[in-house]
Amino acid sequence: MDLIRISNVKKTYKTGTTAIYDLDLNIKKGEFVFIIGATGCGKSTLIKMLYREEKPTSGKILVGGLDVGKIKDRKVYKLRRKIGVVFQNYQLLPNSTAYENVAFALEVLGLPKSEIHSKVMKVLDLVGLKNKAKQYPNHLSGGEQQRVAIARAIVNGPKILICDEPTGNLDPKTSLEIMDVLQAINELGTTIIMVTHDIDIVKKLNKRVVLLDSGRIVKDYKEGEYSSESI
Amino acid sequence: MKAFRILGRNVRDSFKSVFRNFSLSLASISCITITLIVVAVTIILSFNVNNFTTIIEKDVTIVAFLDVDITQEEIDEVYDDLIVLDNVDKDNIEFKDKMDTTKDYMKSSTIFKSIMSDWTRDENPLQDTYQIKVTDTNLIHKTAEEIEKIDHVDVVKYGEGMVEKLVSAFEVIRKITLIIVIALIIVTAFLIANTIKITIMSRKREIEIMRLVGASNINIKLPFIFEGLILGVFGSIIPMIITIYGYSALYAKFKGQVISPLIKLIEPTPFVYLISLLLIAIGMLVGMFGSSRAVKKYLKI
Repeated sequence: MDLIRISNVKKTYKTGTTAIYDLDLNIKKGEFVFIIGATGCGKSTLIKMLYREEKPTSGKILVGGLDVGKIKDRKVYKLRRKIGVVFQNYQLLPNSTAYENVAFALEVLGLPKSEIHSKVMKVLDLVGLKNKAKQYPNHLSGGEQQRVAIARAIVNGPKILICDEPTGNLDPKTSLEIMDVLQAINELGTTIIMVTHDIDIVKKLNKRVVLLDSGRIVKDYKEGEYSSESI
Repeated sequence: MKAFRILGRNVRDSFKSVFRNFSLSLASISCITITLIVVAVTIILSFNVNNFTTIIEKDVTIVAFLDVDITQEEIDEVYDDLIVLDNVDKDNIEFKDKMDTTKDYMKSSTIFKSIMSDWTRDENPLQDTYQIKVTDTNLIHKTAEEIEKIDHVDVVKYGEGMVEKLVSAFEVIRKITLIIVIALIIVTAFLIANTIKITIMSRKREIEIMRLVGASNINIKLPFIFEGLILGVFGSIIPMIITIYGYSALYAKFKGQVISPLIKLIEPTPFVYLISLLLIAIGMLVGMFGSSRAVKKYLKI
């Protein structure tokens, strides 16, 4: 069963630039997919359309059965609850502690306090930050902040985790630690789509790799194919 | 239950964020405070102008002088003719016997007293009168003419010219103060909306994150609307105090009247409390309106 089905999608911005041309891509439940390509090849546009930050100009995107292009602005939150998103710059609330940042995602859903507490602690444990729950973001390292962001993205158990260059601001060692966390999450059944420039990581993980160039898919490497083919 | 939890969280967050973004909150509160003081002063002025013009208008009386040799029967006939007139206030038609008028004159001066003291009813050259109040002073001229046409009515007096000028001047003053009050409230609304907008712009990121983690629009909006409401309430405290204590002090100092006893001030109780309620209502509404307008901008894609 395909969790994400992108068929014949085209995206042209109001400025007239076309970022994505006639793109087809299917992603199965539980997959770990890297999306790579040069800057400006349309990677970000592609994943932004998945969580409906952008709308496709034409074509159809189905995410977990929801037709993303047809969701009304005020119903977008329903899609967002099925998807976790992690960014390069973490996007944490600076005036809230790590715990509060993660709990925030559950509070907006109106969960009872006790349930929020147990879920947040569980997920902080998963990303290895249980003992830093009361720290504010500016007292955490980059890698730790990204872990908080990941914890927040997965705390309500989304089916899909979208990562937009999550290791872009991190050193190689910390990047690998983050990848360990993401792999662990993937093993628990969450589908992960990750945009990255970090070829070392892509090679090391041996996952499916989609290579984009000028808004088109140039090559779709199956699991294990990418590292053996490239130099 | 779930809705209550979300509501509770919203109210709590609104309070938190008022204090977390204290400097910007203070800017909004001061803005609301200053404009509401101006609104309060204007409202108090306009209500007072309205009040004393109404009092003066109510005092305007048409005096119908009846024929000198009128009989009691004819006096009753005049009354019957008067009450059928449209603009005549039926409960405020007063007959004044010429002997009573004589007594009033005698009270007012010793000269009158010495001349009039031995007048009998038949010798009395004064006329019996009807003192008539009207419901609409704007139509007083027409009504006076109608009264003059009634049989046995000799002359009609009501301070012609003077009354008309006064009434039309009052009408203009009332309209102007009303326009000023409405204009001020609208200006206040936009001023506050813009100040709150700045507060919210600084929290664009917070809104983005809320959207990202799947908060519905109403869920994002509510805390900000509550925040606007709280700012409105805080902002109206000082204007309310000024209204309650300031106006009461002013009233006491002027002993309830300005320049002449004719221009009476409205009594402070319950007037100041009503104005205070009005101020807090304006503050709350304007605060909520301002925030919801400002957040709306960030809820579109």
